[in-house]
Amino acid sequence: MLTLHPKVSVRPEPFGALLYHFGTRRLSFLKDRRLLDVVRRLDGTVSLDEALADIPPGELASFRSALGTLEQTGMLHHPATPPAPQGPRT
Amino acid sequence: MKLVDHFATGLDAPICLTWELTYACNLACLHCLSSSGRRDPRELSTEECKAVIDELQRMQVFYVNIGGGEPTVRSDFWELVDYATAHQVGVKFSTNGVRIDQAAAERLAASDYVDVQISLDGATAEVNDAVRGDGSHEMAVRALGHLQDAGFRDAKISVVCTRQNIGQLDLFKELADRFGATLRLTRLRPSGRGADVWDDLHPLPHQQRELYDWLVAHGDNVLTGDSFFHLSAFGSALPGLNLCGAGRVVCLIDPVGDVYACPFAIHDEFLAGNLRDAGFQAVWQGSELFAELRKPQTGGACSSCQHYDSCQGGCMAAKFFTGLPLDGPDPECVQGYGETALASVGGREVPRPTGDHSHKGGVRGGPVMLTLSTRRPDRQPERACEENPLAGLTV
Ligand code: SF4
Ligand code: SF4
Repeated sequence: MLTLHPKVSVRPEPFGALLYHFGTRRLSFLKDRRLLDVVRRLDGTVSLDEALADIPPGELASFRSALGTLEQTGMLHHPATPPAPQGPRT
Repeated sequence: MKLVDHFATGLDAPICLTWELTYACNLACLHCLSSSGRRDPRELSTEECKAVIDELQRMQVFYVNIGGGEPTVRSDFWELVDYATAHQVGVKFSTNGVRIDQAAAERLAASDYVDVQISLDGATAEVNDAVRGDGSHEMAVRALGHLQDAGFRDAKISVVCTRQNIGQLDLFKELADRFGATLRLTRLRPSGRGADVWDDLHPLPHQQRELYDWLVAHGDNVLTGDSFFHLSAFGSALPGLNLCGAGRVVCLIDPVGDVYACPFAIHDEFLAGNLRDAGFQAVWQGSELFAELRKPQTGGACSSCQHYDSCQGGCMAAKFFTGLPLDGPDPECVQGYGETALASVGGREVPRPTGDHSHKGGVRGGPVMLTLSTRRPDRQPERACEENPLAGLTV
């Protein structure tokens, strides 16, 4: 599941947030506070659709494309090993 | 609101923080932006430096650009680098290469959080050593070789563009490719000892055009930070930050803890405070000077220029140290207004950089301006290193 890369640090700013990837040394800007909320929700336990639940349909395309760019640049990634399952296994 | 407009009003913490750890240096470059040479006895101690790093971690300053002087001559240099990277503060440091031996290169290659910039101001020893001193080209190239042998990936070669080296851009690129390094081109500003040699070293108008065209052709693979946004008046904007970030996203911590708006603006006029008083954050967020710089700026004589949106009147430090008004054209305005403005300054006194740490009497093998006249023959220029606040910024 898509989640923030562990080498990425997030700094909230009045306009949204700054993201810095310590591995690639790339800096990115989130120009919308809601995009920051979406990124924060991507903790490996929710799907992309769930994370985007609060975004109005008319804006979904631009949010998805912003997330796509973050994935391409390695800010978001799919971890090789899924996070430990929550709760008891059946 | 555009992103640059947000930047213009200032951020909670700087993005491009330069920290000059020492004014001591083994070289004596003619154009040193910080007039370095001798160590200042009031330099921040190891413990004080660590406290600064703790604060930067709290403020989430992702990385610092460490320079000087020659930062690696501080005996606690590696200790501070390790301390910073252990506290989520990445390090990019500029060096002339003097301490980058095989062991140092291996230790650097082992860390993910350290970036190295080797300063080189000529692709050939002839051009480089004339400004940086005898043997400095060889020293830099040797350091690059050690880094490559150790498997350090993507070192930076940092070049201050001058009248003497603009013709070598392709050679610089070849050199960088040969070492698997990235080229970083920066602008010569009349800061520090650079004020004394700017008249003779800054690129001529036709060379600015050559540089612009070269950057348009190679822009994506070359770093420039905020160096050349004044050139965007030639056509389209160049990659990088197109805005003077002084006091807004950029600032300098000097070796004694003084905080200036920009590493190229070491002058009392741009001194925001000292972090020994109440810490760095207090200066960044509370300084009256910074509040002033974060207010909307007026274009002055530039506001009627059709290129103002991208050029913004150029670099504050370049204007200040050439005696031009801060709300008018850059001395290297590509429309030629800078030359007119400079002519009207005439022989008037221009502000002198604060603090001269130059080696008294120069260093052995140091550069001498044999063929070039200096603007102020009364002050013998001696040495330097270049630091750009916006290295590697991708917006
Ligand atoms: S004063 Fe010049 S060097 Fe400093 S931040 Fe502004 S444009 Fe950049
Ligand atoms: S007049 Fe001012 S804004 Fe126009 S190109 Fe020259 S420096 Fe830039």
